[in-house]
Amino acid sequence: MTDNKTSGNRLGVKGWFAGGRWGMERYIYAIHRLTGLGLLLFLTIHIFESSMRIYGAPVWERTMAFLDHPLFAAGEFLIIIGFAFHAINGLRLVFLELGFGVGKAIEPVYPYRTSVQVQRPLAIAVMILSALLIAAGGIDLFFIRP
Amino acid sequence: MKRQDVQERIISVYIHRFDPTSDKKPRAVLYELAVEQGMTVLDGLHRIKETQDPTLAFRFSCRMGVCGSCAMLINGKPMLACNTQILDVTDKALTVAPLPNFRVVRDLVPDLAPLFKKHVQVNPYIVRTDGHEMESPSGEFIQTPEELIKYLQFTYCIKCGACVAACPTAATDENYLGPMALAQAYRYIVDSRDDGFHSRKSVVGADKAVFNCHYAGECSAVCPKGVDPARAIQFMKRELVRDYLLMRRHTAPLKARALNDKSKEKKTPLPVPPYTVDR
Amino acid sequence: MNKTASWFWFIAAGVAVFIIGGLHMAVIHLDGIAGIFNPAGGSSLAWENVSGRNGSLVFAVSYVILLGAALYHGLYGLYNIVSELGISEKANGLLKKALLAAGVALFTVGAYAAFAARFITVS
Repeated sequence: MTDNKTSGNRLGVKGWFAGGRWGMERYIYAIHRLTGLGLLLFLTIHIFESSMRIYGAPVWERTMAFLDHPLFAAGEFLIIIGFAFHAINGLRLVFLELGFGVGKAIEPVYPYRTSVQVQRPLAIAVMILSALLIAAGGIDLFFIRP
Repeated sequence: MKRQDVQERIISVYIHRFDPTSDKKPRAVLYELAVEQGMTVLDGLHRIKETQDPTLAFRFSCRMGVCGSCAMLINGKPMLACNTQILDVTDKALTVAPLPNFRVVRDLVPDLAPLFKKHVQVNPYIVRTDGHEMESPSGEFIQTPEELIKYLQFTYCIKCGACVAACPTAATDENYLGPMALAQAYRYIVDSRDDGFHSRKSVVGADKAVFNCHYAGECSAVCPKGVDPARAIQFMKRELVRDYLLMRRHTAPLKARALNDKSKEKKTPLPVPPYTVDR
Repeated sequence: MNKTASWFWFIAAGVAVFIIGGLHMAVIHLDGIAGIFNPAGGSSLAWENVSGRNGSLVFAVSYVILLGAALYHGLYGLYNIVSELGISEKANGLLKKALLAAGVALFTVGAYAAFAARFITVS
């Protein structure tokens, strides 16, 4: 059988984000990737932007005045969303990927209860906790910030 | 069940066909199928092949969820065609496609050869250093139920490829070892008779292996045998990290225990069980 | 560094970012609610607060640790994502080198700023 006579049929990057009728963990996995990439992009910008402080108060205040724009505030809120989700879900992944919270190996009896179901409460807790943190960050950013 | 209770209904079955001699891409072909209660997807495919289109190709063997030949994408989820009743999935439209993340040989037949090659890479057998004992055994290995349960779940794997079809890493990276091979590596590593952790470490702890799993959890969700590859892979990461931190205790593999003297056993025959019917 | 080691440090860096970065986010973004480490009060980004934090050795050191951990964690994650696209082995090797170089460069800039800012504030 030669390669060129078969169809590749690999899902590709579409398989990361739109796999089909999958469980919530797969979508969490996709969001974790997206937020991670977003945070890395922000980090590179942030390193240069925050380094402006070495030039003293006037430059710093000019930078802050430049960044004091609704567009940047919206971006800042995106960072809060990304960080809150990525951090809380990351903590869940640290536990799971070191073999905690996935349950012990059992004799599989139908209907199977897999590790995915065992850790599901953690995944739900991640959603709730990150929503709370995002709400707190949003309230601070849009309503309280002096 | 009385005859009139048997529901029969006509459903639309979309089958992704691919003919390597003429097609560049798979194409969906519509068939009408009279479905009755209890009819599996595999039964339906047989019915279509017998009555509508003899050129339809699919792979199957045991028809009872043991051989792992007939995994396919059924309404968007990888399942065994023989283990899935059509009316459990749908009562209107059924879409049957070949397993994704594998090359398609023809119609619903995926090329599973890469899966088996990766399986071989992890030395899927008991690895021991006492070759003499393996060639001419002096006894048997006696495991406790606790030792058995640690790997029993992972032995049920039938190598159908459903987990690889569901895995997002495998969706882009054809060199990724995949949930099946990784779960099988763990199945042997955790076996108390095995001494192959260090020989497998270079394969499962390398690039494109266990650390490219990010717990999307989909392999475990679709496994038709409840093998739970995601669990095995996370346990494997723990073993590798413990080994890296020098926290992994090396326990010598189980030693063979001499067989009981059979001649003595024969002298006390088993008691005859009581009759279960009147004579 | 083998894959197990690099992955372990990726996880460790993630935990470090969780702790130090979480504190950092709380200082900057929950200033109205929590209001910690803002000696002059008000906005966490006001110069008085920024220079106040700059002057502290603990903050400078924590910034450098956070910077290193976040860069390693982020760039390793990026490496994983890109290499999982199924790129060739040659491209994989190039990617590793490019990300390492980018990481070292960004770390140098950030770490220099963390300590330079200290002296500027003090003087």
